[in-house]
Amino acid sequence: MLIRRKPDIPTSEITDESVYWNRRTFIRVAAGAVGSAALAGGGASLLADTHRRDDDKLTPYKDVTGYNNFYEFGTSKDDPKQYAGALQTRPWSVAVEGEVAHPGVYDIEKLLKLFPLEEHVYRHRCVEAWSMVIPWLGFPFGKFIDRLEPTSRARYVAFETLYRPSEMPGQRTDVLAWPYVEGLRLDEARNPLTLLTFGLYGRMLPNQNGAPIRMVIPWKYGFKGIKSIVRIRFVDSQPPTTWNLYAPNEYGFYANVNPHVDHPRWSQARERRIGEFFKRPTLMFNGYGDQVAQLYTGMDLRKNF
Amino acid sequence: MTLGTPRGRRRVAKIVLFVVCLAPAAWILYIALTGQLAAEPIKDLEHRTGDWAIRFILLTLAVTPIRRLTGWNEVIRYRRMLGLFAFFYVTVHFLTYLVLDQFFAWHYIMEDVAKRPYITVGFASFLMLIPLAVTSTRGWIRRLGGKRWNRLHTLIYVAAAGGVLHYLWLVKADERVPIAYGTILVALLVARLTHRRTHQRTARRVASARLPVQDEPAVGGVE
Repeated sequence: MLIRRKPDIPTSEITDESVYWNRRTFIRVAAGAVGSAALAGGGASLLADTHRRDDDKLTPYKDVTGYNNFYEFGTSKDDPKQYAGALQTRPWSVAVEGEVAHPGVYDIEKLLKLFPLEEHVYRHRCVEAWSMVIPWLGFPFGKFIDRLEPTSRARYVAFETLYRPSEMPGQRTDVLAWPYVEGLRLDEARNPLTLLTFGLYGRMLPNQNGAPIRMVIPWKYGFKGIKSIVRIRFVDSQPPTTWNLYAPNEYGFYANVNPHVDHPRWSQARERRIGEFFKRPTLMFNGYGDQVAQLYTGMDLRKNF
Repeated sequence: MTLGTPRGRRRVAKIVLFVVCLAPAAWILYIALTGQLAAEPIKDLEHRTGDWAIRFILLTLAVTPIRRLTGWNEVIRYRRMLGLFAFFYVTVHFLTYLVLDQFFAWHYIMEDVAKRPYITVGFASFLMLIPLAVTSTRGWIRRLGGKRWNRLHTLIYVAAAGGVLHYLWLVKADERVPIAYGTILVALLVARLTHRRTHQRTARRVASARLPVQDEPAVGGVE
């Protein structure tokens, strides 16, 4: 293979770097200021949890919603915006299955009201070496997990996207194996950064961004953030994931943003922030090492890429 | 320039073709200047120029089969221009990468060329096209001689295959377009090889009849 082998980076070093780079600030935003009116069931108070660096300027709404990888609607970046309008996102329910005390079918309206929605401004790093800064709306997935009470056998969470070729033209082609599936280790899923997401820019998710419910895991490459979720299953072993099935040597299960482990076909050392001319260096764990590096203590991130 | 003479008509046809060949570049420039490129404008430019580079290479390679298929011999007169436009689009594609994408970051460029097969093969194909562009003039055809010139210029097949591979290895999952280009390239190559085989057979027959063999007059620059 063409992956350059370098000596492993000790986790301590990763943490040091992320300590240097990270700021964690909480800003209280008055109810309604971010447009809770647009969101049915927007909670009493919106918590703006930003993990922004000084130079993290929000990516314009037009680009966040017009430049998407959502192969269910086509493989071009502008396909999702063009074709996702046909997707019916109501009624919508999410089946929760597997190793939990409270499995069941959760209606989207009920999910939206489970916890107050918070605004989280995250850097979004695509495996294709471009990035954005996006204000998401949602709540930490961990809160929902606690409510579901996983059994002691639950070690992973598996997710599944809607399969509806009649409204998702990309599913009428075989570029990927449908439906799209993703997964997280349970502790990753419980990390406070992991966001069960319903909106962006203070509004409901546009269809092309994964309406009505998606995952956002900001320290991982974008493809881990599964969209238009219909099934969440708690399981005891590592679940299959779509891109890993497609090309196991290119896309790992973990897919943590890592500038030291190149994709076999392109460098991950730098990225182009949408709207910027010069590439910028990619940060370990996308700059969230502070919050997540401990999840991977003792793991060889070169093997578990 | 009179339209009445064949020479005059050819002049006009060449001017028209020149403008047509430039149209995609003008279009790309227009899109760029009016801010209509995608959210990653540099990548968009790379993709658009790369697409036109492959299209022009295939178009150049299609000239001889078209001529043989249709008997429209005059088409060969326009091959050089198509070939040079192919080189033009490849060059713009390369410069977009060099200047806009990498901004002369030599370290990263070298790493790309050495480590990323799709860039290695794309870069090699670009290099291969340089001698072809240089020797496209009538003077060079004379200096090399038709036979040697023809042999040298079969390199365009290698460069074309390299271009298709470059594209194929770049895409993440949707390989339909590069496969379409590859299919066209294979078809053109097969057309040429089939022709050569029948041509050689005829040539042998002609030779056994002790008649002079006419070499293929495929040189684009010869008028």
